[in-house]
Amino acid sequence: MATSTSELPSGPAPRAEDPHLTPADSVGLLRAMLLMRAVEARAMNLYRQGKVPGSFYDGFGQEAVSVGSAWAMAADDRLCVLHRDLGAHLVRGVEPATILSQYMGREAGITSGRDGNVHFGDHRTGCVGMVSMLPDMMIVATGMAMAFKLRGERRSALTWFGDGSTSRGDFHEAMNWAGVQKLPVIFVLENNQYAYSTPTNLQFAVNPVERAAGYGFPGISVDGNDVEAMFEATRIARERAIAGGGPTLIEAVTMRMHGHGAHDDMKYVPKALVEEWRKKDPIDRQSARVAALGQDVDALRAEVRDQVEEATKVALAGPMPDPATATGRVFHPRDADEILLEDGAAPWSGFRS
Amino acid sequence: MSEMTYLRAISDGLRTEMRSDERVLLMGEDIGVFGGAFKVTDGFFEEFGAERVMDTPLAESGIIGCAIGAAVVGMRPVCEMQFSDFIACGFDQLINVAGKMYYRQGLPVNITVRLPSGGGFSGGPFHSQNPEAWFMHSPGLKVVAPSTAEDAKGLIIAAMRDPNPVIFMEHKNLYRHVKGEVPEGSYETPFRARVAREGDDLVVITYGAMVHRALEATADTPGASVMVLDLRSLVPLDVPAILDAVRHCSKVVIVDEANETCAAGAQVAALIAEHAFEDLDGPVVRVASPDCPIPFSPPLEAAVLPSVDRIREACHGLLEY
Repeated sequence: MATSTSELPSGPAPRAEDPHLTPADSVGLLRAMLLMRAVEARAMNLYRQGKVPGSFYDGFGQEAVSVGSAWAMAADDRLCVLHRDLGAHLVRGVEPATILSQYMGREAGITSGRDGNVHFGDHRTGCVGMVSMLPDMMIVATGMAMAFKLRGERRSALTWFGDGSTSRGDFHEAMNWAGVQKLPVIFVLENNQYAYSTPTNLQFAVNPVERAAGYGFPGISVDGNDVEAMFEATRIARERAIAGGGPTLIEAVTMRMHGHGAHDDMKYVPKALVEEWRKKDPIDRQSARVAALGQDVDALRAEVRDQVEEATKVALAGPMPDPATATGRVFHPRDADEILLEDGAAPWSGFRS
Repeated sequence: MSEMTYLRAISDGLRTEMRSDERVLLMGEDIGVFGGAFKVTDGFFEEFGAERVMDTPLAESGIIGCAIGAAVVGMRPVCEMQFSDFIACGFDQLINVAGKMYYRQGLPVNITVRLPSGGGFSGGPFHSQNPEAWFMHSPGLKVVAPSTAEDAKGLIIAAMRDPNPVIFMEHKNLYRHVKGEVPEGSYETPFRARVAREGDDLVVITYGAMVHRALEATADTPGASVMVLDLRSLVPLDVPAILDAVRHCSKVVIVDEANETCAAGAQVAALIAEHAFEDLDGPVVRVASPDCPIPFSPPLEAAVLPSVDRIREACHGLLEY
């Protein structure tokens, strides 16, 4: 079932042969990855200018993982998004200005300054915000899938998590529960080779993708730097899930190209390893595909750059939260309207047919 | 009205709500075919089926986390910890995911977590704890602790309808020892304190099983009338009711079955010190379990848990102050 990471292809991937992606999808995937990189690059600058409090965490080099898998999810599917996965928020419809406001602790951020950086989920896009205890959301996603199955709905849940997350008990509890109840949940293991400074050889003795078999469902390894491969693996997993086939574990093999946070110079990562992975940059690879379709990638880059500059102006113009609101909204009032996760954007062409 | 035990009253509340709200789902270890370790869900499997009375894997973090996931997509899960002590294994999901979700992203988590708690039957260090203060200290969680059958039913229904995570402390020693008249049908008990007995000269402030012990200890206090205030809810804490009782009686004994340090009663004592100091005619007196694990052997356990005699002595001493 599993393939070892050494078998992964490098260099520009050929255009996916399966007919599930239109040229417009390929462009959309590239655009979302470009937007993720541009928003995070802008946020890093804002951090260096002292405008982003705390630290800043990005997914540079891992854009294909969240963008590709989120692209395969339907509007009424539900996602638990982790901290290298900004692309999922963008695909689901969160505005860059809202994200930059979030990073800067401004009132207009998703959490109105109550939580920082990528610790957010916009319930209007069907997303639950992560907590810092990383595999926790694997169980929450399992619970959402459990509700879908109980109600007989053809929907699925997806969550991401890292190689470090596989060491904690919640990884086991989620995988086991999902396997026992055969739930429509997709686990995307984002293997970026390091959990903060800890390499995978100190994290696990056996590649966790192998463990899926022990829980009674398939585990597959995918080139996590190929956005269309990520889409396709997730599309298949989702089809399986909503047809009652149960969970899938997808290992997205990738590399964390920046430090754990902006404060981390990642001296512990061999330079040769970073150089090797730089050649596999997911945006370069998708750009080559899109260029081959006759699309003007430079124009797309310029469009994204302008969009992020405009968003930055909007975010910087927004106020900081009122200190008087710090202790509010701890409990939801009894008489208020019920708030649940709502449907998000689902741009894949396959949902429009 | 019909007379039933505290345990049956909890069952009645769960059943009543499950019949009227198909979103309610019970999750726990051995709660289905077996009916639960204490038989709270006895017969539920037959009435509601395996999907709504779910025998889960032995995974407390899984139970709480899956309940959270189900709640945010429209279910109203009620989780049973087989014993309150096991919530330690699900603590992270409760504290870090459920408790902070609404504050962070405006998404309420309507889950109820039932914790069979308390000692007095040689359960030992892992089947006797009263962990309510763990949750009081963590924002975003409500905590209720009924002492009577009527309140057990009314509070479990109110907990299920509350859009926030509610920790429902059900005392194992009350399950079959306490009986009372319980209204038919559906009703809610408010998350506020209740005067268990009126009195003028001293108030015992307590909750859960200790309400009964306090009533017994102060049933006969020659020359003095003793009020017993049953808190019922620890989060929110009914501060006006506490301060009113202190102002009325001017002497206060606070009883916790839990370990003394940072117990619910410690917060009550702090509130009184801050807001009712001028109304006191004596020191605030506390009776609680000392800060040691709850031991197994009967004489050791009896030496730790607050007894009727300890509460009576504390009251008599303060009345003479």
